[in-house]
Amino acid sequence: MADTVQDNATQQNGTLLGADELVLNMGPQHPSTHGVLRVKLKLDGERVRGTECVIGYLHRGVEKIAENRSYQQFAPYVDRMDYVAAVSNGLGYCEAVEKLLNVEAPPRAKVIRTILTELQRIASHLIWLGTHALDIGALTPLFYCFREREEILKIFEKYCGARLTTHAFRIGGLQYESYDSFEKDVERFCKDFERHIQEYVDLLTGNSIWIGRTRNVGVLNAADCIAIGASGPILRASGVKWDLRKAQPYAAYDQYKFEIPTGTNGDTYDRYMVRMEEMRQSRLICLQAIENIPEGPILGKVGKVLKPPAGEIYHSIEAPKGILGYYIVSDGGTQPYRVRIRPPSFVNLQALDKMTRGHLVADVVAIIGTLDIVLGEVDR
Amino acid sequence: MADESKLPPKPESSQPESSGAPSAPPPAAKSASAPPAPPAAKPAPPAPKPPVSLQVPLDNELVRRYRARFGAAILDAIEDRKQHYLVIDSAQLSEIARYSRDEEKFDLLEDFTAVDWPRREKRFDLIAILYSFPHNIRLRLKIPVAANEHPSSLMDVWPTANWLEREIFDMFGIEFAGHPGLKRILLPDEWQGHPLRKDYDILQQDTAWVRENLGIESGQ
Repeated sequence: MADTVQDNATQQNGTLLGADELVLNMGPQHPSTHGVLRVKLKLDGERVRGTECVIGYLHRGVEKIAENRSYQQFAPYVDRMDYVAAVSNGLGYCEAVEKLLNVEAPPRAKVIRTILTELQRIASHLIWLGTHALDIGALTPLFYCFREREEILKIFEKYCGARLTTHAFRIGGLQYESYDSFEKDVERFCKDFERHIQEYVDLLTGNSIWIGRTRNVGVLNAADCIAIGASGPILRASGVKWDLRKAQPYAAYDQYKFEIPTGTNGDTYDRYMVRMEEMRQSRLICLQAIENIPEGPILGKVGKVLKPPAGEIYHSIEAPKGILGYYIVSDGGTQPYRVRIRPPSFVNLQALDKMTRGHLVADVVAIIGTLDIVLGEVDR
Repeated sequence: MADESKLPPKPESSQPESSGAPSAPPPAAKSASAPPAPPAAKPAPPAPKPPVSLQVPLDNELVRRYRARFGAAILDAIEDRKQHYLVIDSAQLSEIARYSRDEEKFDLLEDFTAVDWPRREKRFDLIAILYSFPHNIRLRLKIPVAANEHPSSLMDVWPTANWLEREIFDMFGIEFAGHPGLKRILLPDEWQGHPLRKDYDILQQDTAWVRENLGIESGQ
């Protein structure tokens, strides 16, 4: 032992105490891994030299289940992947099956879908902000974030009776009409939310500890993002002005004005700023949408038994965490032949190794937080 | 890009995808006139005509460029519900992938997965979904591979293929040549069987593994 220490000390000129590489296991039951992520850290002192993610603890075989359910029966399952953004999952799935069937949701359904999905984006980002800040040591934002998220969940509950796994949409449109004070509730939330975002900003944006913990931590440039496949706020924070809602609009996004926020450095601080701005933009989309919700039916003409013609479809949406894609193959039967779900968290998590190299162990926690993963979606 | 004449159910509002084109035009205008049209206007349930195939041959500039470059390795080019895919020969997979990224600017491998067709001679289809940021278009590559074949890994073209290929290996048992760390990703390393194969029943599991590691008779 003593020998190796000396050897290392002489080899690594400059460092006083060379040490053997140490493998440290982090998780799967660690509060800052946001679920059951296990990371093997290769350490040199406190510097991370490499990581290996061990995932699959929450694997439920969602794609296999899909092959054994009818199209409608599978819809509630997708809520349980990214369970803090169930509405977005549902939107992607319903739109994919609609494309497969070649039907379209009525305009009213599209607008209500858009409103709920944007509220869900805010709720998802609030969870990210609260837990991310908590991981780094700021306790207060968590309470603020959950306070606002509660308002959103109340709207969901009033709308469809569920708070988390909402199953809010149906293939072909919506099952439920919006309730009486829906617009008013959304408007009240959005009006208040502007003030609340300012509260988070006051707590964090200029906070020197926050800046110290996030700036230049976990830098990922645009080329690396695209190579690794990282999407959503991670991609935008590295300066790529790209958002599926603009690039290939779905639901009713083409009717609303909103900006795509971008960063410049691609570090944790930029990702923070991008997500904060996304919440503001989502708020603006909701306000525009409730102005004019078209009248009309909420469910298109789809049969009770869905038998999409044989063929395949790929449809992806901009979920709060990035590109959420569904690739569905139909053999003409009542059950999908194959459903492949492209989860944003799974692909984004691949970037962890690159982002953590050279950082301290404490930064790994910040970087896992900034990736905004949900293990239900990583493991499916 | 056209040729949607064969889509049965709905003749109108036929432009939901085609990148960037604003779909669902002005619902605001419609809002006054009672039940707006889209689904209502559909001619009574169209008599089911299953023989109509939605897969039509595709021939556009992009496909011609691919054909000119790779000739017989482009086995087929299909349009299905306005989405395009090329069926390609697995032997030339990495050349075609590299060409797609460098020349055609498909810089993002959005997804890479597989589909099992057990009764076919080449049992699996690998599906690579490519996206081009500069052109804002998608293209799917469909690569039929046999059960004992080792298609080349796409990792050196798109590093994102790393985990995606591990997942394909995990779920289908397709081994990629040139992948540096091909091992299971979602299931335990010692698990036997590949669950997304069609001959793997939904209730099937590696009972020996479950008994040994979890100390229970069944995970069901």
